[in-house]
Amino acid sequence: MRGATHAKWAACAAAVALAATACGGGSDSGGGGADGIVSSSWGDPQNPLEPANTNEVQGGKVLDMIFRGLKRYDPETGEAKNFLAEKIETTDSQNFTITLKDGWKFSNDEPVTAQSFVDAWNYGADVTKKQNNSPFFSDIVGYADVHPEKGDPKSKTMSGLVVKDPKTFTVALKEKFSTWPETLGYQAFSPLPKAFFTDHDAWLKKPVGNGPYTVDSYTKGTGMKLRKWDAYTGEDKAVNGGVDLKVYTDNNTAYTDLISGNLDLVDDVPAQQLKNVANDLGDRYINQPALIIQTLTFPLYDPQWSKEGMDKVRRGISMAINRDEITKQIFRETRTPAKDWTSPALGDKGGFSATACGEACSFNPTEAKKLIQEAGGLPGGKVSLTSNVDTGSHREWMDAVCNSINNALGEGPVCTVNPIGTFADFRNQQSSFKLTGPFRSGWQADYPLIQNFLEPLYYTGASSNYGKFSNPEFDKLVDAANRESDAAKATGLFKDAEKILAEQMPSIPLWYQNGSAGYGERVSDVKLNQFSVPVYDQIKVS
Amino acid sequence: MGRYVIRRLLQMIPVFIGSTFLIFFMVYALGDPVAALFGDKAPDPATAARIRKDLYLDQPLWKQYLHYMGQIFQGDFGTAFNGQKVTELMASAFPVTLRLTIVAIAIEIVVGITLGVISGLKRGKSIDSGVLVLTLVVISVPTFVTGYLLQFVFGVKWGWVRPTVSPDAPFSELILPGIVLALVSLAYVTRLTRTSIAENVKADYVRTAVAKGLPRRRVITRHLLRNSLIPVVTFIGTDIGALMGGAIVTERIFNIHGVGYQLYQGILRNNSPTVVGFVTILVIVFLLANLLVDLLYAVLDPRIRYA
Repeated sequence: MRGATHAKWAACAAAVALAATACGGGSDSGGGGADGIVSSSWGDPQNPLEPANTNEVQGGKVLDMIFRGLKRYDPETGEAKNFLAEKIETTDSQNFTITLKDGWKFSNDEPVTAQSFVDAWNYGADVTKKQNNSPFFSDIVGYADVHPEKGDPKSKTMSGLVVKDPKTFTVALKEKFSTWPETLGYQAFSPLPKAFFTDHDAWLKKPVGNGPYTVDSYTKGTGMKLRKWDAYTGEDKAVNGGVDLKVYTDNNTAYTDLISGNLDLVDDVPAQQLKNVANDLGDRYINQPALIIQTLTFPLYDPQWSKEGMDKVRRGISMAINRDEITKQIFRETRTPAKDWTSPALGDKGGFSATACGEACSFNPTEAKKLIQEAGGLPGGKVSLTSNVDTGSHREWMDAVCNSINNALGEGPVCTVNPIGTFADFRNQQSSFKLTGPFRSGWQADYPLIQNFLEPLYYTGASSNYGKFSNPEFDKLVDAANRESDAAKATGLFKDAEKILAEQMPSIPLWYQNGSAGYGERVSDVKLNQFSVPVYDQIKVS
Repeated sequence: MGRYVIRRLLQMIPVFIGSTFLIFFMVYALGDPVAALFGDKAPDPATAARIRKDLYLDQPLWKQYLHYMGQIFQGDFGTAFNGQKVTELMASAFPVTLRLTIVAIAIEIVVGITLGVISGLKRGKSIDSGVLVLTLVVISVPTFVTGYLLQFVFGVKWGWVRPTVSPDAPFSELILPGIVLALVSLAYVTRLTRTSIAENVKADYVRTAVAKGLPRRRVITRHLLRNSLIPVVTFIGTDIGALMGGAIVTERIFNIHGVGYQLYQGILRNNSPTVVGFVTILVIVFLLANLLVDLLYAVLDPRIRYA
């Protein structure tokens, strides 16, 4: 029976293949989650969930639920309010004494002390821990000892941080920085419990914080279940029983689950669905400006863009872009045409100005053509826009911007698009200063301060100054603003600095990005904060 | 027979090394992944340098490859950027995709071969033309269209099934995505079977079987179909590998956290350990499936011998 032997061998091979499938696993309960639990869409965080290592929205969402810091930004106004901090005092805008409130604990019952903060910050700054947010501690005296540019650190701790008693510590900064306390609402400054340092791997599997929620279970790449922490003493106790975050492969799929009742909340409505959103959700759709601006930055390290008189060309290109049309047609009004280099989410008091860019940001093809011709035309007669095109409709808007420029100039297709396949590749070319034409730069602020929109991007030698813009006058105004202890005056100085951007146009403000969210009928009181993250603890479940 | 299998298994080693080599270099050509870890912000040079050192990215490419292969032979596929071991990712992703593939292959075999036999026997009749037109339509509609359409109709509009698959991905939830994934290949299976059956129906051994007075059912299943299945089995064998790797679109639509999703994430984030590790496993799956096909030939046609 020759055939039978063959069959046996084949069956064996098939059995090996099938063995890998092993168990099927139980089924998940359907519907939008258990009583009082909000189910919400999530994306897989890019880095391990540590406060000083999380720099994107998905991980930030979780940190916002399980951590509370010295300050917290009011979800409505963006104002930095004392939270764990009783008071933050200074006489010279350089040395600060921070006093903590009583009664704060981590959810493992360990009290939150001055040491919890100092340890966390030293950890965040330590170069050997490879934390993405290390530069946030670079203002503190002794940063270079724990974070040298080369070689091993000289010390484990920064000399600028001194614990006075369990409730008090002092911070010495390298330079005057009057709005520094306002930055302390950023998650990188969260306190950490001892368990974080003693059993780091276990902590990463199930993070422990001091916020209104605790982590019930966390399956990487799949989801996280957060539950209300009953012993939480803060005033912002969660009004729901918990939040189930579910990782979605695609935001279209999350939207499908929302409208079929399997999910309560999506915080990113996909562009393709925007035409249906009014029909599907009615007033359960939120679309409001966030602290995000998209700009086109010029490579000023390239002499052909920076030489004398080119500021006219740069302004001309800006005036050739029909922002209203593009935000309406391509983004269906989930972007707001930009009027300055900050964001409306800052509010007028925070430094937003609807007039800072003025004429230069309004569509005027005739004036655009005149300006560019006066300055001798585009460098080499053409311009090429660069961005990654793997996400965010970047290809579409770049095509539209080019169309707009070509139509305005009437010299044929002088504007072309240089699409780059992946974000990583784009970032490499951008940060190694290889681009020779204007490129997209997106900026999401870390804290609602005008300083954060201007200094890191346009100050000489600043970390994210990819166009290498340098203007002594601008630098001087930023320095003055950072020294100024009166908040309103400091904001005024930043606004003066912004006027220089309007003249020089090192980057063209395109549009502010809105936060968009949709929610189901089970939940109410859904709001987005300035970072376009839902304020989970306020969501009511019926 | 046993010797044949062993020889084939040994032949897999150079193929395995060659393919990992190619994949490794192609992923590397996508560029340095570290800059993207920092989002819109500038990477801090000292931190970035440390990360590069840890990931072995500061070494010349050939050293990186040797290091990587050294790790693989110890069963260590490296770590994804979110701190998760690639082997953990595989342990969660491969069973899910394998289940999806099994559903798809089962549908292909049952529906595809049945349709193929019917239309092959009724060649030229209206039922044959009907099947041909139907398969033509199925082949020409892209997966993402059928995927979203079926999801909307069955999941959202009628509510017969959940529109998305839960993390455990049990077989019951994978039927709809399985159909979507199977559809294109199903059309090919149908057409291959049809042609093969139509050719063999006039073969001598079939005529002999009929002349011997065997029942029609036995003639078709034991004599005609068995010999006609060789091209179909070849196709299905290569399709196993293709379905597992190509499930990216289907997995995205139905929120299945399988191989396609992990590969997509890996490529998007330039996460070379994930991409190379997963593709390496897929290569092995492909090779094993092909071996299985070659062994099945002899089961189907006793005239085929192995040396």
